[in-house]
Amino acid sequence: MATSNLEVQSLPTADSPIHPKKVVNDFSIQVATVNGSGSQSANNILLRSIFNMGVPVSGKNLFPSNIAGLPTWFVIRVSRDGWVARKNDIDLLIAMNLETVQEDVRNLPTGGSVIFDEAFNLADRRSDLTYYPVPFDRLVAATGAEMKVRKLIKNMVYVGVAAQLLSIDVKGLENIVRKQFGKKAAVADVNWKAVQLGFDYAASTLTKQDPLVVEPMTATHGKIIIDGNSAAAMGAMFAGVTVVGWYPITPSTSIVEDLIKYMKQYRVEKDGKASFAIVQAEDELAAIGMVLGAGWAGARAMTATSGPGISLMAEFAGLGYFAEIPGVIFDVQRTGPSTGLPTRTAQGDIQCLAGLSHGDTKHVLLIPGSVKECFELGMQAFDLAEYLQTPIFVLSDTDLGMNNWMSEPFEYPEKPINRGKVLNAKQLEELGGFARYKDVDGDGITYRTLPGTDHPAAAYFTRGTGKNDKALYSERPEDYQRNMERLVRKFETAKTLVPKPILNGTGKQKLGIIAFGTSDCAVLESRDQLERELKLATDYLRVRAYPFTPEVDEFVARHETVYVVEQNRDGQLLNLLKVDLDPTHVTKLQSITHYNGLPIDARSVTNAIASHEGANK
Amino acid sequence: MSTTPVSSAPVKSNSIGLEILDYRGSKSTLCAGCGHNVVAERILEAYYEMGIQPERVMKISGIGCSSKSLAYFMSRSFSFNSVHGRMPSVATGAILANQTMRTIGISGDGDTASIGIGQFVHLLRRNLPIIYVIEDNGVYGLTKGQFSATADIGSKLKTGVINDLPPIDVCALAIQMGATFVGRSFSGDKKQLSTMLKAAIAHKGTVLLDIISPCVTFNDHEGSTKSYKYMKEHDEAVNETGFIAPFDEISVEYDHDTTVDVQMHDGSHLRLRKLHEDYTPTDKAGAVNLLMETHEKGEVLTGIFYVDTHELDFASRLNMVEEPLATLPEERVRPSREVFAELMQAHA
Repeated sequence: MATSNLEVQSLPTADSPIHPKKVVNDFSIQVATVNGSGSQSANNILLRSIFNMGVPVSGKNLFPSNIAGLPTWFVIRVSRDGWVARKNDIDLLIAMNLETVQEDVRNLPTGGSVIFDEAFNLADRRSDLTYYPVPFDRLVAATGAEMKVRKLIKNMVYVGVAAQLLSIDVKGLENIVRKQFGKKAAVADVNWKAVQLGFDYAASTLTKQDPLVVEPMTATHGKIIIDGNSAAAMGAMFAGVTVVGWYPITPSTSIVEDLIKYMKQYRVEKDGKASFAIVQAEDELAAIGMVLGAGWAGARAMTATSGPGISLMAEFAGLGYFAEIPGVIFDVQRTGPSTGLPTRTAQGDIQCLAGLSHGDTKHVLLIPGSVKECFELGMQAFDLAEYLQTPIFVLSDTDLGMNNWMSEPFEYPEKPINRGKVLNAKQLEELGGFARYKDVDGDGITYRTLPGTDHPAAAYFTRGTGKNDKALYSERPEDYQRNMERLVRKFETAKTLVPKPILNGTGKQKLGIIAFGTSDCAVLESRDQLERELKLATDYLRVRAYPFTPEVDEFVARHETVYVVEQNRDGQLLNLLKVDLDPTHVTKLQSITHYNGLPIDARSVTNAIASHEGANK
Repeated sequence: MSTTPVSSAPVKSNSIGLEILDYRGSKSTLCAGCGHNVVAERILEAYYEMGIQPERVMKISGIGCSSKSLAYFMSRSFSFNSVHGRMPSVATGAILANQTMRTIGISGDGDTASIGIGQFVHLLRRNLPIIYVIEDNGVYGLTKGQFSATADIGSKLKTGVINDLPPIDVCALAIQMGATFVGRSFSGDKKQLSTMLKAAIAHKGTVLLDIISPCVTFNDHEGSTKSYKYMKEHDEAVNETGFIAPFDEISVEYDHDTTVDVQMHDGSHLRLRKLHEDYTPTDKAGAVNLLMETHEKGEVLTGIFYVDTHELDFASRLNMVEEPLATLPEERVRPSREVFAELMQAHA
């Protein structure tokens, strides 16, 4: 596996004295570039080189809504303790963007360091920082790369400089670069040459003055790196999805684009025929319409979207609920309302989704908190949609969906696919027919048939209007009310089927925290900070589904104060809790929100809880 | 549900041994004399006469009087009365889930040409294999008589309001956008409508049938251009349609100099006798021109304007397995452990 670069003979090593108080495997790197300059590959190579040394690492791409020209930042957090939340303080800045360099440097804490393009002519340098000027253009020219690719190659130079300064394993780095560019040997060669030139330059010219070092560990052995959207796409494929209607929208697009890639590779049969249909729809209305049409006709169907698409799907969502049609909708949440901050993260759709549409509509939401859960819950959503005969929403967000995360490898599904209560021709013959909306089993879930079932009693009429048990049009008050009551019963059944929340802690503390989705990584780290720094012990319950299972109410009942941490302005999860929990528990809830478009960080949570607890004392 | 037969005549059956009763629907709740009831009758007769098993048919609609009429024919077929203007997407999903089914979509002029125009043009563009029926009366019936986007300029509402905007010609639009079988008929023309519907059943691709179906309650008065009276006076047929089903002997006599014979996907023949000189139903530009010219003359052109039996329909274009995607067994939709391991390895 990984070795330190000191063992690599072919390249010179740093001869500068390492800072006496070295900081090992616990720092953040911020790469500031111009959008469209192709830095993404370089940043992921840097990330992976640290991961391959066995060191826990996470990457957050903070990018603008723009194809080229605007500033973009990529933050790599190296954490020997395995913390993966965004950290506010940056230790090493790689400043490649002239437009933002002044501000980026100004934001660095004392003791930080800066790798920067010497062409920037940084005057009035801060005395509390270490500066590493690099003649990028000269080094890029030395690679002999064609002019048109020089902009891209430049990024590889900073990978080399950083690798040398941080003692990143060079042999491992070369493997990653070569794997990244795959079969294109010439491209790999020129990229690798750029890394080497950066590395050599740092080794021969720069004097290491900062304390940051990567040293090999074994903490990432056996782990994978993947983004949540790829993981969700994999979940859909292994769930047996067959029909996809979609409309491109950031940050959900790569779910379907990855799915297309996987399906073309693994779901085309020997005769070249596809066991799937993926259609780019004219808009989100059509995307969800296709999903419900396909779900009605018996296919496992899905779409992926984000907030604005969710708004457009509202009418169909109500039809899906009321006409009881399966479908899976991935909502990769972004910062709203309206176009909002389209490339930034938020958890602002949960309250809207819980009752998306008009009338008394209630939806089942599954909420992954990790890439592994994007896979698992993404897969489970299809079984639940068909079993409950209703649209299931899977709530991810920009941070989870588009960033790379370390994870334990996923597990192959052991349970067979569950298609729910579907009657075939033989069963219809035995039963002498069926009533589509009759609650035979008492769980609110009725039996359905699929178009094409060859029996004269198979067909029924699906409609968004009022109906009786036999699916015939009805405006009778008792028919309408009985049907609505059955739908409540079905929602109760859903509580026994959705993923239960995850408890962290003994469950015996006075203070509780409730959160969902990507707030998880910040809350886990914050609990550690609270305990170490303030001797505040907490229990933490991560909600993974709506409707809430009984564990949620029990958790609130057992604690004196419960902080509800979420990434939206209005405390949307808290609002849902207020409605659903025992009213006597509601006064225990305290809202902690984070909503500036950046992923939530642990320190913000810690400060909010500390402040509240201090105020109470 | 099904109505009771009152006739004592010997019970007839079709080529698959079903009676016309097996194709009936619920009792209509539309106004007496509504053109839509007649259209529903013609549709069920066409499926009966073509010997199509009702269980092999999906009926899908949007919202409106026309969309309600889905319930009034073929109760043994699978029906989905969906959302206003969104029948095309629902039908697309259903057809992809099970391309072995035959699909008919019922819509109206409001459901198609106003709220649903976006999905409509994309359905046409895809050449989705569906019979798309527009029961066209120029008004919104369920909300009591507002103009729709197919209402002719200068036509008058009961309230005296005059329409001052030009109509959308859904047939011309359909031809331009990629539908492969486009025609217009009148609910009162039994022979023409029946023949067109049977030919539509034989076609594989988007069939767009704009059927003028007068609204007896809100748009059948003097000054309306979608009334029974106006249609009887202004209906101008571009061709006389004959249809020879694959199981029928070819016995219809035509003068070969004046007919166009189109072989349909199922082996049947659509025989069109030219009423307009030089009109060929396979010429897109000619069809659109003729529609525009007759519009200017104040005529309502009916007949089959355009047929293309060569263009691939959307389901075929997607190169799916032959069996319905909906019911593929687990081993064909969940990749193996080896594939899974390969994917995990790729991310390690």
